[in-house]
Amino acid sequence: MTAPERPRRFLRRRGGDGDAWHAVELARHQDRPYTLDYLARFCDDFVELHGDRAEGDDPAIVAGLGSFRGQTVAFVGHQKGRDLKQRAYRNFGMPRPEGYRKAMRVFELAGRLGFPVVTLIDTPGAYPGVGAEQRGQSGAIARSQLLLMGLNVPVVACVIGEGSSGGALAIGVADRVLMQQHTIYTVISPEGCAAILWKDAGEAKRAATALRPTAPACLALGVIDQIVPEPGGGAHRDHAKAADMLGDAIAAELEFLDTLPPLERRRLRRQKFERMGAFLE
Amino acid sequence: MAKEISVDISRVGTEAGQSETAASRTRNTCPRCDSHYREEEMVANLRVCAHCGYHFPVTARERIVQLTDEGSWNEIARELHSADALEFVDTRPYPERLQAAEQQTGLSDAMLVGSADIGGLPVALAVMDFTFLGGSMGSVVGEKVFRAAELAIERRMPLVTVSASGGARMQEGVLALMQMAKTVAAVDELREAGRPYISVLAHPTTGGVAASFAALGDVVIAEPGALLSFSGPRVVRQTTREDVPDDFGLAESNFRHGHIDLIVPRPELRDMVARLAWLLAGGNPYRRPTLIPDLGAQRAMGRILGGARRRITDMLPDRDGA
Repeated sequence: MTAPERPRRFLRRRGGDGDAWHAVELARHQDRPYTLDYLARFCDDFVELHGDRAEGDDPAIVAGLGSFRGQTVAFVGHQKGRDLKQRAYRNFGMPRPEGYRKAMRVFELAGRLGFPVVTLIDTPGAYPGVGAEQRGQSGAIARSQLLLMGLNVPVVACVIGEGSSGGALAIGVADRVLMQQHTIYTVISPEGCAAILWKDAGEAKRAATALRPTAPACLALGVIDQIVPEPGGGAHRDHAKAADMLGDAIAAELEFLDTLPPLERRRLRRQKFERMGAFLE
Repeated sequence: MAKEISVDISRVGTEAGQSETAASRTRNTCPRCDSHYREEEMVANLRVCAHCGYHFPVTARERIVQLTDEGSWNEIARELHSADALEFVDTRPYPERLQAAEQQTGLSDAMLVGSADIGGLPVALAVMDFTFLGGSMGSVVGEKVFRAAELAIERRMPLVTVSASGGARMQEGVLALMQMAKTVAAVDELREAGRPYISVLAHPTTGGVAASFAALGDVVIAEPGALLSFSGPRVVRQTTREDVPDDFGLAESNFRHGHIDLIVPRPELRDMVARLAWLLAGGNPYRRPTLIPDLGAQRAMGRILGGARRRITDMLPDRDGA
């Protein structure tokens, strides 16, 4: 998006302050379907794979093989918990390096055996812990992107809740990037942004407005390819219907991507990200 | 990511209980040992404290002077400017912040890219500047990394980047996030073309830059005492309430945990980059790089490098002696 005029005009038309914050709240709604909820509805059969073969297993990322509409697909997604215990167990969907390494192991497997990759993004960010840093958080995030960039199989990513920071993008490099209607995709959580720029986390609503994290804004900025509709009121109202809608969108994208020769697909994926940004020369 | 943008430079190397002499401090006062230098001394010492080896921050221009052969620097993509696609306003509009940063630093964004010779070997060079909005990565930095990689591929040179960044530029929202993927794509191109990539990490390299191109060097070199982490220590403390160790995220800690290849004091950096560029290019015996002749003598005298070197050797037994 080297010509910034188009998104600008679009963004100007968008409504006021309530808009973005409403999206943030819906994206974080505790009854929203999470990765495992979708996988249970997407797949005739799904086997979760565990462990990064080096350090441990990260419950904040779910990875595995599923039978999706007649073919094996490798699924990787962030996983949040619904009750207190599950939330702590899933670490609020904030992955550690082990999680990204597990994801990479499954990406590599999919590439080798020729299975398409589908990733589901729903995280407040990568876990900012001492141990996570010592085990190489930044390197894991960078390498996961690099691996996805070079895969010879189709890759579809979809934001199904919160897509925050590098922790989200680590599994977000794909041929086609989708966003559900009421989700957000952002460089930093509105609270984090407010704490730094306004020096007050209470300004999160203003930060949310400024960051333009909504699906229509991301589409206008050229960051995503498609907005996937949700059932009336949001995905949390009807999990089955939300899963149908998302499943259909993913299946259609996979079908289209399957028509491209692998090398061409890879080249186009890289080109897509190389063209992102807004600058003047 | 940009959570980590506010990095406390003075934290590194400051010891607990040190008396606060804030009033008498200037930018040429060493925060670790309170030695004070004249500007000419700072330049001559490559902004390394001659007493304790503390590495002061270096601007992009000065880094290029330190690293490259005189007169060999040839800047490209100089006219790139950020386009504020989000019309971002926090306490000030983003274009105002950009303009202020431009006036203050004389740069158009937080990175300079071009070609240069290092020890007689041509390289594509991308150098970040922390003084420009905290070295944050927005669309311009992303595009410059991409162009530097293109230049390296086109002219069959290695790519050398020197990072110093708080992370992605919040004012460019999700577009800033996407610059991570864009620079990763550039590294992917580089790898496909078989060109080597040397990544130098200066203080601080955090957030989105640490978690994209800067982490992907074929060889990753850090300066002593540099903070290299995804999340900064303040964010870690606030979010997790964990005890953050004194050496959290520092180059030395990263070295111990196997995330970087080398810690190289600044006076030796140029030679190390030249040697690696030479070896990575196949080590043609007729094209050896020219190294700084008196570096050995300086090292023997213990000047310039004293403290920095001591810190590195202190650390080694920890790894081997376990």
